[in-house]
Amino acid sequence: MNDTTSGLLTIAVLGLLLALLWAPFGDHMARVVTGTRHARLERGLYRLLGVDPEAQQSARSYATSVLAFSAVGIALLVAILMGQQHLPFSRGLPGMPWDMALNTAVSFVTNTNWQSYAGESTLGFTAQMAGLAVQNFLSAAVGICVAVALVRGFLASRSGTVGNFWVDLVRVTGRVLLPVAVVGAVLLLTQGVVQSFADQTITTVTGGSQVVPGGPVAGQEAIKQLGTNGGGFFNANSAHPFENPTPFSNLLQILMLLLVPVCLTRTFGTMIGSRRQGLTVLGAMAALFTASLAVAAWAETTGQGVAARAAGAAMEGKETQFGAWGSILYSTATTSTSTGAVNASHDSLTPAGGGAALVNMMLGEVSPGGVGSGLYGMLVMAVVTVFVAGLMVGRTPELLGKKIGRPEITWVALTTLITPAIVLIGVGVAIALPSTRDALGNTGVHGFSEVVYAFTSAANNNGSAFGGITVTSTFFQLALATAMLLGRFGSIVLVLALAGSLARQRPVPTTAGTLSTQTVLFGSLLVGVVLLVTGLTYLPSLALGPVAEALTNGALS
Amino acid sequence: MTTSSLLPMLAAQLSQALRKLDPRHLWRSPVMFVVWTGSIATTAVAITDPSVFAWFIAVWLWLTVVFGNLAEAVAEGRGKAQADSLRAARNDVTARRLEPGGTETVVPGSALTIGDRVVVEAGEVVPGDGDVVEGVASVDESAITGESAPVIREAGGDRSAVTGGTRVLSDRIVVQITAAPGETFLDRMIALVEGAERRRTPNEVALSILLTTLTIVFLVAVVTLAPMADYAGAPQEPLVLVALLVCLIPTTIGALLSAIGIAGMDRLVRVNVLAMSGRAVEAAGDVSTLLLDKTGTITYGNRRAADFRPAPGVTADELRDVARFTSLADQTPEGRSIVDLALERGADDRDLPAGATFAEFTAQTRMSGVDLADGRSLRKGAGSAVQAWLGADLPAAVQEQVDEVSGAGGTPLVVAESGPDGRRSLGVVHLKDVVKDGMVERFAQLRAMGIRTVMVTGDNPRTAAAIGREAGVDEVLAEATPEDKLALIRTEQRGGRLVAMTGDGTNDAPALAAADVGVAMNSGTSAAKEAGNMVDLDSDPTKLIDVVAIGKQLLITRGALTTFSIANDVAKYFAILPAMFLAAYPALDTLNVMRLSTPQSAIASAVVFNALVIVALIPIALRGVKYRPLSAEALLRRNVLVYGLGGLVVPFVGIKLIDLVVSMIPGIG
Repeated sequence: MNDTTSGLLTIAVLGLLLALLWAPFGDHMARVVTGTRHARLERGLYRLLGVDPEAQQSARSYATSVLAFSAVGIALLVAILMGQQHLPFSRGLPGMPWDMALNTAVSFVTNTNWQSYAGESTLGFTAQMAGLAVQNFLSAAVGICVAVALVRGFLASRSGTVGNFWVDLVRVTGRVLLPVAVVGAVLLLTQGVVQSFADQTITTVTGGSQVVPGGPVAGQEAIKQLGTNGGGFFNANSAHPFENPTPFSNLLQILMLLLVPVCLTRTFGTMIGSRRQGLTVLGAMAALFTASLAVAAWAETTGQGVAARAAGAAMEGKETQFGAWGSILYSTATTSTSTGAVNASHDSLTPAGGGAALVNMMLGEVSPGGVGSGLYGMLVMAVVTVFVAGLMVGRTPELLGKKIGRPEITWVALTTLITPAIVLIGVGVAIALPSTRDALGNTGVHGFSEVVYAFTSAANNNGSAFGGITVTSTFFQLALATAMLLGRFGSIVLVLALAGSLARQRPVPTTAGTLSTQTVLFGSLLVGVVLLVTGLTYLPSLALGPVAEALTNGALS
Repeated sequence: MTTSSLLPMLAAQLSQALRKLDPRHLWRSPVMFVVWTGSIATTAVAITDPSVFAWFIAVWLWLTVVFGNLAEAVAEGRGKAQADSLRAARNDVTARRLEPGGTETVVPGSALTIGDRVVVEAGEVVPGDGDVVEGVASVDESAITGESAPVIREAGGDRSAVTGGTRVLSDRIVVQITAAPGETFLDRMIALVEGAERRRTPNEVALSILLTTLTIVFLVAVVTLAPMADYAGAPQEPLVLVALLVCLIPTTIGALLSAIGIAGMDRLVRVNVLAMSGRAVEAAGDVSTLLLDKTGTITYGNRRAADFRPAPGVTADELRDVARFTSLADQTPEGRSIVDLALERGADDRDLPAGATFAEFTAQTRMSGVDLADGRSLRKGAGSAVQAWLGADLPAAVQEQVDEVSGAGGTPLVVAESGPDGRRSLGVVHLKDVVKDGMVERFAQLRAMGIRTVMVTGDNPRTAAAIGREAGVDEVLAEATPEDKLALIRTEQRGGRLVAMTGDGTNDAPALAAADVGVAMNSGTSAAKEAGNMVDLDSDPTKLIDVVAIGKQLLITRGALTTFSIANDVAKYFAILPAMFLAAYPALDTLNVMRLSTPQSAIASAVVFNALVIVALIPIALRGVKYRPLSAEALLRRNVLVYGLGGLVVPFVGIKLIDLVVSMIPGIG
């Protein structure tokens, strides 16, 4: 079997597995967030937190809870990272400097998992487990909570309430993320992902002695993918043989990082009582994903440049056991889901392949996006689409029975504005600073792409790095932390504001004059709007980065 | 509108457009304000560092602003002409005020207050809005409605309202003034058509927010492009960045937005409907339930003969001829319709035999007919009346027919004769409400548009249901009282539906006020006109359907031009980006798909296209995008194809063509 056949077969298997899991897992999540019964353990937790699980929160109160919870999370994590030398299993490592600790804490709480440090040489096991892994669960849960709150906004009739954040948080963590992560961890263990509490010193073939880093990797690896976090235990992330040892573990990881974002479309469809609507959203996501995957596959396997042609594919920076296809599928999935885990060096992708990864993030992480954030991001784009398309059928635009009037379009417009603004201003400022030039791993076009990639990754909460660029200066630590914070919580606050104003409305009945949003036509329009909004915003930066590089390399000639 | 009629209009409004260059005016449209600021900036550059290119860009940016203003001025101009003719009707009216003692004082119309009573006689102009409290008169309302046929206005009832500025043609009436000077219908109408009171509608505001946000996104994109370009070793002149910004921000829709709104109101005025607010016009597009009165709207006002049903032993021709005889002298619409039907069914067009006398309908007999010279009497009337005349029960077969006709919602008239052999019934004439031509199709269209129709009638449920079925309405409200109407509106609204209705009587006022779109008939009472948010000057209840179409057209035009405007940006990027960075990255020439001649001509062409497209779209903004009553899906597909895909393709062609011309200018090409 040649590489292309096996690559396509892998993709087919992945698609099949997702198709099989879509309905049962999506419906499971729907039941989790709509159920009325509380487990005994959950009741205990609510009592501990002082929460009335039956109380409904307004969107404002929901948002306050999210922000307060996340602020506490950041503060705790900063404390753990800076004071890790006092914790058990610290491996004798010192605390992180304040700017790196802040950047890392923000990064993990915002579900970005941008890493300006190398895990094995910086962090002890307690900081990894009690600090980072905990946020891997909680930040992912927060994303799902916000998406569910938005869906409830569409469902509510003049109540103005969007659910109870604490109940959502506890249930999503306990009933969705934990069980699946356990299963995932066990499966990864079978492939040889390590799970230990000590580094090992071994004697090498030549007789020398070498410390092989160990750690509780498998447990963290599972939620790293499942929660679309992406922060690696080791610096090499999923290119490290202890994180991602085999082609099967590679496929499993891709499946896990796509699982929740993809299945949430079903959850959405089930909650609103229209599975077709869920399928339409999924269809739009899948179209964007497939197109990006095709571009990446074309760029990486057809061999751009002399060395690549000789090797049969652009193999620089890729693991030979995954090959070009295993790397492309991974890079597309990880940048399309705001995961940011990598099993190859994105800096070494061909200009077009790297550009595709960059565009996946620029789309706003909606194909299918991060856990929760992908769904709410796509629903926000659906509101924009329905606003313009709805006018063209001669009615005040409405989506799922809710009119898109002045407040709704205000929140939506600001949501679509905030992330591009952070990216563009971040890149503009960074590139204007003389110090940035010294931090770049490459000069010229590729160096520019590195800066664009960094801010795009941070603001869209992806967390993958183009590499090459050194981001440990206080400027980059703080600038990127700001980008991550605003990108995540700015969007969340605006999305919840949208949910609130939808929830205060009385639903409008569907008639023949209503624009149906569950059709192929609407799905195509949605894809078109996502592409147009992204294209119009980022075309100049893309033209000066990957496009100029690809064209100069003669990719299209 | 044809181009030939547009050009003079544009020329006429040019001075108005230049006057609107005032930033205080432009501030209302952030998009155009950015262009205005850009024009000033580029002009400053052109003055300090003159070049053909700089002046070219500066001039075309100014033109962009002017063209936007021109669109608005033209839209307003059409209303102004109408306002002027209305104003002529208002000027210099004197009133004959009735004093409490019964004497008359002549005062200027502007001195009247609410509650004053004035006398208006033939040839005089009604000095203000009011209700007729005494007398009947025919009134020429052409000054307002444009309809030259006079209308009757009388005290009491639902035709009591008179409007200031109309002329009494005959008789004498006393009018009680109901509106203070300056607030009369005519005043409001003038303000409306002039657009003086124009407030931005909810959807217009929402769209403006989206456009403003897009403008900010592009502003950020262009401002941050400056350091990026510096890094790339291709520093950009501010002139070029401003040109890029203006091309990217949605100037097309930004420039046309207010013109679209004004033109929408104007289209309503042209079908003789006055909307009291733009909000009502927008709501009309959203209406999902229409309340229509049966009589006069769905059916012709009167019952008509639809069928002859002979009794056993009587031929169809016999019944037809007798029925015709009984009705020949009958001037009621029902009577005439029997004659018409008989002729249609082949009756001879002969007169009554000599010596026949007409027996008129009386409250006692409840029948009408003729007594012939040969002693025979022919009668038609309600079953019970004829039964009394016959002095016996109707034959079973005839009674069955009577029941059948009423069962079907019709009115049975029994025809009988008394002759030498005694009295006998000949059969039944089926009278029924006749649905107006084309109503069935219109209701089908409405259904396709997602609008439910409810027929409101005072008839009993059985009759109402029968007519409702025939007309194809979705629901029937029978034996309806004004309270029922109001309750129905409330129920619909609780279900999230927007309701439109027409009404003319004072008792319609609460329902008109409650409806989202309440169209009052101009012939109706002042109370009704006050309660509704639209007034139909022609008093044609079917016009509600046109109003809905105009509301939809307004929204479609906005959506279509927004889509077009944004889709245009793709081509502009392809023109400007390679031009900006060709020097730094020669490979970017691949993106110059239009093969524009030089970087300067590429940028200039995009700017020129951006300005000209505004002018090119003024006719569509004014006339509105063509609206056909189709399903939402079909409408969307069509408009996406035309304005979305068109918006992508047209600028590629347009910019290329402009480049061919612009590149010939020395200093640019």
